[in-house]
Amino acid sequence: MTLSRGMRIVLVIFTVLALVFVYTPLALVVLNSFNTSRAFAWPPTDLTLQWWEAAAASQGARDALWVSLQVAALATLISLVLGTMAGLALQRHRFFGRSSVSLLIILPIALPGIVTGIALNNAFRTIFGWDLGFLTIVVAHATFCIVTVFNNVQARLRRLGGNLEEASMDLGAGTFTTFRLVTFPMLRSALLAGGLLAFGLSFDEIIVTTFTAGAQEQTLPIWIFNNMFRPNQAPVVNVVAAVLVLASAIPIYFAQRLSGSTNEGLTGAR
Amino acid sequence: MSAILHRRPGLRLGLLLTPPMLWLGVAYLGALGALFITSLWGQNSFTGEIERSWTLDNFRDLFQLEVYRTITFRTLGIAALVTIVDAAVAFPIALYMAKVASPRVQRLLVIAVLMPLWASYLVKAFAWRGMLSEGGLVAWLAVPFGLDSPGYGLTATIITLAYLWLPYMIIPIFAGLERLPDSLLEASSDLGARSGHTMRHVVLPLAFPALVAGSIFTFSLSMGDYIAVRIVGGTNQMLGNVVYDNVGAANNLPFAAAVATIPVVVMLFYLAAVRRTGALDNL
Amino acid sequence: MRKISVLAGACALALVVAGCGSSGDNGTTTTAGGEFEVPDLPMLDSLGENEGEVSILAWPYYAEDGTADPAADWVTPFEKATGCEASVKYFQTSDEAVTLFKTGEYDVVSASGDASLRLIASGDVEPVNTDLVESYADIYPFLKDREWNSIDGQMYGVPHGYGANVLMWRTDIVKPAPTSWSAVFEPDSPHAGKITAYDNAIYIADAALYLMNTQPDLGIKHPYALDEEQLQAAIDVLKTQKEMVSEYWSDYLKEEQAFTTGDTVIGTTWQGIANFLKGEKVKVESILPEEGSTGWSDTWMVGANSESKNCAYAWMDHIASAEVNAQVAEYYGESPANSKACDEITDPTFCESYHAGDEAYADQIWYWTTPIEKCLDGRTDVKCTDYSRWTQAWTEVKG
Repeated sequence: MTLSRGMRIVLVIFTVLALVFVYTPLALVVLNSFNTSRAFAWPPTDLTLQWWEAAAASQGARDALWVSLQVAALATLISLVLGTMAGLALQRHRFFGRSSVSLLIILPIALPGIVTGIALNNAFRTIFGWDLGFLTIVVAHATFCIVTVFNNVQARLRRLGGNLEEASMDLGAGTFTTFRLVTFPMLRSALLAGGLLAFGLSFDEIIVTTFTAGAQEQTLPIWIFNNMFRPNQAPVVNVVAAVLVLASAIPIYFAQRLSGSTNEGLTGAR
Repeated sequence: MSAILHRRPGLRLGLLLTPPMLWLGVAYLGALGALFITSLWGQNSFTGEIERSWTLDNFRDLFQLEVYRTITFRTLGIAALVTIVDAAVAFPIALYMAKVASPRVQRLLVIAVLMPLWASYLVKAFAWRGMLSEGGLVAWLAVPFGLDSPGYGLTATIITLAYLWLPYMIIPIFAGLERLPDSLLEASSDLGARSGHTMRHVVLPLAFPALVAGSIFTFSLSMGDYIAVRIVGGTNQMLGNVVYDNVGAANNLPFAAAVATIPVVVMLFYLAAVRRTGALDNL
Repeated sequence: MRKISVLAGACALALVVAGCGSSGDNGTTTTAGGEFEVPDLPMLDSLGENEGEVSILAWPYYAEDGTADPAADWVTPFEKATGCEASVKYFQTSDEAVTLFKTGEYDVVSASGDASLRLIASGDVEPVNTDLVESYADIYPFLKDREWNSIDGQMYGVPHGYGANVLMWRTDIVKPAPTSWSAVFEPDSPHAGKITAYDNAIYIADAALYLMNTQPDLGIKHPYALDEEQLQAAIDVLKTQKEMVSEYWSDYLKEEQAFTTGDTVIGTTWQGIANFLKGEKVKVESILPEEGSTGWSDTWMVGANSESKNCAYAWMDHIASAEVNAQVAEYYGESPANSKACDEITDPTFCESYHAGDEAYADQIWYWTTPIEKCLDGRTDVKCTDYSRWTQAWTEVKG
């Protein structure tokens, strides 16, 4: 009753059109995965299942998927820890330079990926002298994933206020016990939402990864990048992408359920 | 131990802040600093070895040669247009999701909006390449109306980039609108305002910080992009391409770093300007 | 207060740390008047035990392992025979090859002539002891000791194959069939808006070659030896061309897709791409135009800091052997480097159509070479433009 009927109808139509816009290219991806033409001729003259068979057999794709999952999981874990710490710090204390810290945390994701990529590459190789590999990818990803967790935690803490924690302390619980029994349960759904977003960011990241991954490790986006221009492989890449889109519905759905209403979850801050 | 922590909030703060700051403040900022120091050095043009002699040559070339100015303005223009397109498309959807849809539909829509994020960037860009090609899907749809597909070029780049970053704009606006109490809208209509009026004078101003928050992503992602423009941009190049080509061509890291200062400076100004609107809290 | 001091400390730390970083430690080189000093690196005396793994950096199609096409696999037999597990990374342009190889992550690279000298000069590759490579003896003599793969008679790699940049067009759209590069350089082409060109600074040499034939007064004798005035002329040609270009290509799929849909109908390409399109039943044809062309001659080179040099040598021996060289050449569509490869090639007309072993033909091709200040055509009265100038020029052309 808050918006007029006319307005609602306009919004519905718009949303439907927008969804069509969003999903048409993806439908094309799925269609091309059946296209016999290896250079994606349009319209497809013939359909085939050979690419799906090739994809199922592709060791490279499976290895890359596994690496991507591992990297994303580790990066999410690290950013959960660091993001929570930073969120608690900023929300529960007042200190000079608070907004600078805030800015600093946002910086890795606000600056163009290529800048972060070459800066970290330069730092890893020439300053620290590390070899590029699995760990450097994880570190790079964690750097820009911190912000998603941080924002969610901050927003949740802001909404909750400090009263419950004070009460807990007054009743005799120590700092760590309070965190474990009072703060953490309140933060759980925010952490879940932030973590899920961090996972998604890390999983599809290509630009920073290009600069921080070594020769031996391939995340899925790197594998796609390497294989997209090998004509026999391009349709296989389409298959992989199609599978990813469909498969991604599952974790997103679960995240929604676990986080309670959408109010609390994803939209806490992002 | 926990008693000490409780009595000394400063210590607690320090312990909480040190690990994240150690990483971000020292390592990341240090890495950025190292990169930008490189822009003040020269480079042996044949072997690609960096010569640690201080020089402003890189910046001089950057400012004097017209082509870099052209590319910078083109990139800024694209980023701005992408942001506007995304804001225009995202706002109605977010509004629908936040205020009109039932909880079940809302949940489905959130999933529907987030799912495309998982289809690889490259694959989506190539899908648009296919759609915009001669005789492709867009041409099919446009020809009956007497139009034609825009082909590969600036328009294609803007469409593709807007498409890629759309979820990053929808979610913050959705979050912001969700926080908007229904009571405000009710009050507005009780006081006699029509929907359009309510939108313009109540909803938009309150959603503005969220819009700006989303724009931070679309703007910065567009400014640094070099992949999509190579796939659908025809002969155009953006700042990201110049940086990428120079990191590759003769390994001219100093010049690449100099070019990279442009988007960084732009974003820093943008973030500073945006801080006042409270958008940073809406990320 | 704390935050500011932390930030200040971070900045100071960054400056100190930056002062220590960002340098190569591959020995010193200087460019004095265009000559370049080559770091004195030792070459392998004898082969030892294979290390168990090798990291290969290659042009696409050069190191096939059966994943793209089960019939094309010469990596797996290599792994079985030597015990060196191979990981392959592909690059799109010589610039990428140089950058990637400089990271030190790879042991062996297939470098074209415009990358090889840069790698030699920066000390990223070491001289190759050709006595340790059995297949080297059978390589065509005219590929040995050339300006892009050897210094003062010392070879820096094992030649792989060579080919020309050819002109390809859609036979159903472009009529009559073109015979010269003027089809893509002449202004007011009937196919304006559908022309393509290679997206790399080295393409300037193609414009220079065109000028060699159409504007002989400019005095261009060698397309990679251009003084500033000649370079400007080439830039002008390219800028005119740009108005007619639909897109520049450096990745295979892009060009293949563009020719399939008809967004591009004529332009430069590699034989492998033309073969692919014909296989997909797209109506294309390709020729080496009458005035000759630029081309490439690739050399496998070993990383100076590689930890798998024995495996690297084993790979070079394998890929240069008659049988494997024949496989690659036929799969990709280039002239093999091994003189015995033609006996192994299944298609009887292949060697003839690619002019394998034809030294006169091979001499017509202007192989990719890195432009340097010291003019490659022998002029000493002027300074020629070097590769970084070409890179800047290329950015200018694209605008």
